[in-house]
Amino acid sequence: MTVTAHRTAEDIGRTTLGPRPLPPLGPTREVPLPDVLDVTLATGLRVLVARNPSAPMVELRLRVPFGPDATETDDAAISRHLAAAELLTATLLTGTATRDRVAIDDELAGVGADLGVSVDPERLQVGGSGLSAGLPTILDVLADVLTDAVHPDAEVVRERSRLVERITVARAQPHTIAREALQRKRFGAHPIAREMPTGPDVAAAEPTDVRALHAAGLVPGGAILTLVGDIDPHDAVALVEQRLGGWTAPHLARRLSAPPAVVPSNLELVPRAGSVQSQLRMSAAALPRLDARYAALQLANLVFGGYFSSRWMENIREDKGYTYGAHSGTEFVPGGAVLAVETDVASDVTAAALLETRYELGRMVAVPPTADEIDAARRYAVGSLLISLDSQGGYASTLASLAAGDVPVQWLRDHPARLEAVTVEEVAAAAGEFFAPSAFTGVIVGDGDVIGPGLRALGGVDLP
Amino acid sequence: MLREPPVCPVTVGAVPDLHRATLANGLRVLLAPDPNTPVVGVAVHVDVGFRSEPEGRTGFAHLFEHLMFQGSESLEKLAHFRHVQGSGGVFNGSTHLDYTDYFEVLPAAALERALFLEADRLRAPRLTVENLRNQVDVVKEEIRLNVLNRPYGGFPWILLPPVLYDTFPNAHNGYGDFTELEQASLDDAAAFFDAYYAPGNAQVTVAGYLGDDVDRVLALVEEHFGDIPARPTPARPSFAEPPPGSERRAVSPDAHAPLPALAVGYRLPDPGADLDAYLGHALLGSILGDGEAARLQRRLVHVDGLVTDVSASAGLMGPLDARDPDTFTITAVHPPSVDPDRVLAAVDEELDKLAAAGPGADELARQVARWSAALHHEDDRVMYRMLGLGARELLYGRAELAVELPDRLAAVTPEQVREAAAALRGQGRAVLIVEPGSAQPEEEQA
Repeated sequence: MTVTAHRTAEDIGRTTLGPRPLPPLGPTREVPLPDVLDVTLATGLRVLVARNPSAPMVELRLRVPFGPDATETDDAAISRHLAAAELLTATLLTGTATRDRVAIDDELAGVGADLGVSVDPERLQVGGSGLSAGLPTILDVLADVLTDAVHPDAEVVRERSRLVERITVARAQPHTIAREALQRKRFGAHPIAREMPTGPDVAAAEPTDVRALHAAGLVPGGAILTLVGDIDPHDAVALVEQRLGGWTAPHLARRLSAPPAVVPSNLELVPRAGSVQSQLRMSAAALPRLDARYAALQLANLVFGGYFSSRWMENIREDKGYTYGAHSGTEFVPGGAVLAVETDVASDVTAAALLETRYELGRMVAVPPTADEIDAARRYAVGSLLISLDSQGGYASTLASLAAGDVPVQWLRDHPARLEAVTVEEVAAAAGEFFAPSAFTGVIVGDGDVIGPGLRALGGVDLP
Repeated sequence: MLREPPVCPVTVGAVPDLHRATLANGLRVLLAPDPNTPVVGVAVHVDVGFRSEPEGRTGFAHLFEHLMFQGSESLEKLAHFRHVQGSGGVFNGSTHLDYTDYFEVLPAAALERALFLEADRLRAPRLTVENLRNQVDVVKEEIRLNVLNRPYGGFPWILLPPVLYDTFPNAHNGYGDFTELEQASLDDAAAFFDAYYAPGNAQVTVAGYLGDDVDRVLALVEEHFGDIPARPTPARPSFAEPPPGSERRAVSPDAHAPLPALAVGYRLPDPGADLDAYLGHALLGSILGDGEAARLQRRLVHVDGLVTDVSASAGLMGPLDARDPDTFTITAVHPPSVDPDRVLAAVDEELDKLAAAGPGADELARQVARWSAALHHEDDRVMYRMLGLGARELLYGRAELAVELPDRLAAVTPEQVREAAAALRGQGRAVLIVEPGSAQPEEEQA
């Protein structure tokens, strides 16, 4: 570079005063979480509403359990269900008896609203936000598509070809390839493993399949509607009752069955030719939120890889430079939870990164988290929870997720105190049980020619 | 369906409670108190982005952003992360065309600690060869993750500028070339810091819960940042260059991409000189691309069935995120059976319609309502509110803009959107075509 007069790096890094002390924390600011009105309507729809006037908006999350029909357990039936479900989400907002695609979108846009529909093997979600003054309009449109969506032939056919194209694009993404491989590895043939249908399955889905699934699956019994925003909770419940009261069905929404427990095994190398990075994805059993040991496991996870200042991140990124990011965390599944340990690393350091990962897992057992490590994790867990709930959207998503897992709101209120009470011994016990290297299974996606020899030499990896 | 849907009146933005000061060393201070939140945020915006990095050192501004997390006089390597997170907070930094930001959001009890952490690295960052080499490796992994190992990596923000622009600042890849990243030296870092990270070239924004005394917070800012010695502030260069006189095309192979894609780039009006014209373009982007009723969605996706997905927007890295020049972008992913020229012809027809008749008043009002609501949604998080205020203050000298934007958008007329469409049709443009597979790159001038 051509800048002439400047200090040296060494001079820049020091002042005459020298290092200064870190200021202490000030007084804690308490802002209680808004109360939640929790009502189940006669139709079976559960409604959760909280008032938070921080913006002139309302956040909406409708979650409907959306598993396959429990009587249809063969692979082909599950494939048909997943393809029809994906197509249903793509056409839910494309027409009713009284509104076409453009009218639905115009009506929502007029009240600043944006709704998205998504589905996975466990649930269908309609989520979004809009100006709070527009809540009646948003609920009108929602009621109309829930009770009267026609999934027009032309829209289903058009969305079907788009969906096939989008699936092709998604499956070219290394993170999708890795996710699908991990799901198969840990959950086998259980439908939870199949988060995206195949192109051919979607191409074979007909408008009649979509309409039949809508009638059978998109029902209020067991569904949860969460609203958070600049609204009066009692008025909002009355409004929901009035506008969504016509959404009825004689049967309940289908809950996905619990997947099998994660079985420890060798990792599996999944080849992706031409890859310049490898995706390391490992998984083991974990605990659901209502388990008495959950808070201890949460802190153990933070110390291992759950935040930037974790052992694993500091090792493979800040010391070794193997990766841009490394993260571990809990995923909740029906009936329980699983631990996921994930990083993307350069091809030429894949074996080295696996070695360090195993070392850090082993260290969780042999050299359990110290009191200082646990205190830092505890402050982060309490503080980041506070930050995540400090917006309408964050609070709505958390309430919806807790309710879907049958976790009461009181759990959330009590959780900071629970985290404060966890002892060093409890974290050590959780670390020893859940982070033992022998508890894991997983996959490595990458260029087999480049990463295969190193992984073979290291052992514990099944090569194709 | 003929019934005309209702349009919500756009909420008038509350007058922001903003407080400004400039310290003796030139550091600008912006305070945005909010009594209703339990969290606080501190951001430092530095007036240097990747447009200012020198030739031969592509990616240096971003690499340097990484180095600023590697310790400072009072903080060993890793200490910054540990102190933020160990105080219950979250942090990040990002490098843009014209600025770089560093920030943390924490429980309000950690306000002074956050000021201390930011001041320490703005005063005396610990730049070492070891950390430089480590972060070159980390940045290369970031680039592999986001660009090299995935389909459509860098599309369009890295691939389109070299087609639309001729000068190095505007055209080059801000993530950087691996060879040039590897050549970066400690002396480069020292020179960059001394030149661009002078207190007079930076701004501190504090937003969220500031207690009941704003002056006390200002005194804390002074206490921690005030003794950073003043240094000469670099002259801000003009990055102006003439718009292209004709259409320029380039083809970029993408070995990972399963479907072809294209991006069209146009020049935007200077938001500093003519904000209303800029906002006319921004709303044109919404009229074209946002939602199922948008012009290009209807025409390209549903009526003609030419593309899988289409988008249109003002600003290469988002609206009002850069000074002049900036880029208006249309992108589409399409099946291999569709000739890209058919997509372009349909885009041009839709632009011609808008250039002739403009959007309908209600059509525009709906887009304004949705955009305003999205702004409220974003501003509901202290982090985004702080970053929005800080960036508008740094770039345009008006943090208020972040709050007034709903009103300014509501004042845009269909005629202004029509003029924006006409302006796009009346100028040269860049067309970037992404071809699946591993074809050789080629360039042509049309």
